[in-house]
Amino acid sequence: MTGFILKRLASAVPSLFGVMVLTFVVSRAMPGDPAAFFAGPAATPESIARVRAQLGFDQPIVWQFLDYITDLLHGDLGLSFASGQPVLDDLMRRLPASMELTLLALVIALAVALPMGILAAVKPGTWIDHICRGSTTLAAALPSFFIGLLLIYVFYFRLGWAPSPIGRLEIWYSSPAEVTGFYTIDALLEGNFETFRAAAAQLVLPALSLSLFALAPLARMTRASMLGVLNAEFITTATALGLSRRTILINYALRNAMMPMINIIGMVFSFLLGANVLIEQVYGWPGIGSYAVEAVLISDYAAIQGFVVIMAVIYILLNLIIDITNTIIDPRVSHDA
Amino acid sequence: MTRDLSQKRPSGLRRVAGNLAFILKQSPLTLFAALIFAGLVFVAIFGPWVVPYGPLESSANTLQPPGLQHLFGTDHLGRDIFSRTLVAARIDLGIAVAAVAMSFAGGLILGAIAGYWGGWTDRILGRLSDTIMAFPLFVLAMGVVAALGNSIWNIILATAIINLPFYMRFARSEVNARLGAGYVEAARLTGNSRMQVLCLHIIPNILPPMMVQISLNLGWAILNAAGLSFIGLGVRPPTPEWGIMVSEGAQYIISGEWWLFFFPGLALVLAVFSFNLLGDGLRDLLDPKGRE
Repeated sequence: MTGFILKRLASAVPSLFGVMVLTFVVSRAMPGDPAAFFAGPAATPESIARVRAQLGFDQPIVWQFLDYITDLLHGDLGLSFASGQPVLDDLMRRLPASMELTLLALVIALAVALPMGILAAVKPGTWIDHICRGSTTLAAALPSFFIGLLLIYVFYFRLGWAPSPIGRLEIWYSSPAEVTGFYTIDALLEGNFETFRAAAAQLVLPALSLSLFALAPLARMTRASMLGVLNAEFITTATALGLSRRTILINYALRNAMMPMINIIGMVFSFLLGANVLIEQVYGWPGIGSYAVEAVLISDYAAIQGFVVIMAVIYILLNLIIDITNTIIDPRVSHDA
Repeated sequence: MTRDLSQKRPSGLRRVAGNLAFILKQSPLTLFAALIFAGLVFVAIFGPWVVPYGPLESSANTLQPPGLQHLFGTDHLGRDIFSRTLVAARIDLGIAVAAVAMSFAGGLILGAIAGYWGGWTDRILGRLSDTIMAFPLFVLAMGVVAALGNSIWNIILATAIINLPFYMRFARSEVNARLGAGYVEAARLTGNSRMQVLCLHIIPNILPPMMVQISLNLGWAILNAAGLSFIGLGVRPPTPEWGIMVSEGAQYIISGEWWLFFFPGLALVLAVFSFNLLGDGLRDLLDPKGRE
C-alpha cells in the first residue's frame, strides 16, 4: 500500500512540474512591471532598477525559473501587490471560506442528485426519468452567476427571507474563534447557536447556486451507474432469492454503483472550486475565488500565480486521495495502475 | 467512378434528412431546441436590423419596467434592453463558435497525431493535456486572459485552450480504436501512404462522433465567455453582451429593478439549453450506439 501511494505520488510530479512551468510562463507574460509597482509612484529609473535587482528580475530567465521553483518548494509564493502580505498567508486565510461553501454545495447536490438518479434508473423511460433528464439538462444550462442573482432577488429582495447577501456573517456578528475556519462548525464548537444560525443563513443561497452546477453530472452518473449495476447477474440472483426490493436497491445495487461515483465526485469537487470564482463574486464571499478575481483585474501576478498553483495542488491531491480510496474499497483496482 | 460517387451523394443526404425528421418527431424536446437554435442564428445574423432601438442609443426614460414601448424595459442609461439582448446574440455566439472551431481543429490534429503515431509524440501530447486538465478550467481561462491582455480575441483563445484537451483525448482514442479496423487495413494495402490513410480514411470516420462533442461544447463555451465578461474580463461595456449586461444589472437588484439582469441572463440560459438539447439529439442521430 505504501509502495502504491509513493508510486502514485511520484506520478503526480510531472503534472506539478507542468503546472509550475505554465504558471511561470503566464506570469512573465503578464502586462505591467512589478518592479515599477513596488518602487512606488515617486520612483526614479535607478530605484526601479534596484528593486528589479532585489526581485531577481535582472537575472537570466532560466535562473529566474530556478529561483521560482526553489521558492515554491519552500512554500514561498511571493508578495501580493494589493495586500502587501505573503500570498500563501492570504490564500490560507481565505481557503476555509471557499471550502465551507464548496463542501456544503457538494452535499446539497448529492442529496438531490442521488435519489433523482436512482429513481430514474429504477424506472427508465417513465415520466420520472424524463423529469430527471429534463431538469438536469436545464440545470446544466444555468449560469451560476445568473442563478445567484436570481436567488438574491427572490429570497432577499422580494421575500426578505435571506440576510443581506454580503460576506460570511452580517456585520454585527463577530466571527467565532477559529478552530476549523468553517464559521458554522466553529460557532457550534463555541456553543454559540445565534452565530451558527447567522453563518448558516449566509451560506444557504451561495451554496444552493453553486450546487446547481454539480447537479447534472452527479445525477447522470448515478443513473448510468445504477442502470449498469441493476442489469448485473448478482441483482437477478438477489431478486430470485426473494430479497426485498429495498434491500436489493440500497444494500446491493447502490453500494456497487457508488464506486464510479467516487471518481466523479472528485472531479465535480474541483469543478466546483473553479466555479466558485463567480459565486464568490456575486455574494461578496471572502474566499480564494474572489481573491483571484481581484488579483486578475489589477494584474497582481504573484497572487494569481499563487492561486493557480494552490488550485492545481488541491486538484492533484484530490485525485490522489480518490485513487487511494478506490484501491481500499475495491480490491480489483490494480495497485500497479 | 466519380460519377458513381456523385450519384450516391443525394441519397445519403436524403437519408440524413429522413433521420433528422424522424428524430425531431420522436423527441419534441429536440424539435423545441432546434427552433430556439434557428431563432438564435436568425437574431445573430439579422439582429442589428430587426431591433426597434439602437443598442447604444440612450434616452431619458431610464429604468423603465418592461412594457409595450420597451418589451424588456430600459437600463440605467435609458437603453432598450430588448434591443441590446438581441444584438448581443451575435457576439456571444461568435465567441463560442470561434473558440469551439479552434479547439476542434487543434484537438483533431493533435489528437489524431498522438493516436496514429503513438510513442513519444503521444506521451508528450498526453502530458500537455494532463497539465491543462490539472487546473480548474475557468481559473485557467482567467489566467490566460490576464496574461495575454484583456480583449475579445484572448477570450476566444482562452476558451479554445481550456476545451482543447477534451477534443484531443477524444480524437486520440477514436483514432487509436480504428487503427486495426478492416477498412484501414484495406486502404493501407491498396497503396495509400500513411498520411493518406489518416487524412482520407480515418479522420472522416471519426468526424460524426466529434460533431456531437461540438454541440455539447458550444453551450459550455458560451457560459465560459459570459462568465469571464461577468467578472470584467474580455468584452467591455458599453458593448451589448449577455455577461456584462447581467453584471451591470446586478447593481439594481437591491432596488428591485429585476429586468436589467433577468432578460440577458434568460437569453444565456435559452442559448445554452438549446445547444445541450441539440447535442443530445445529435448524439441520437449520429451515434445510435451511444443511446442508453
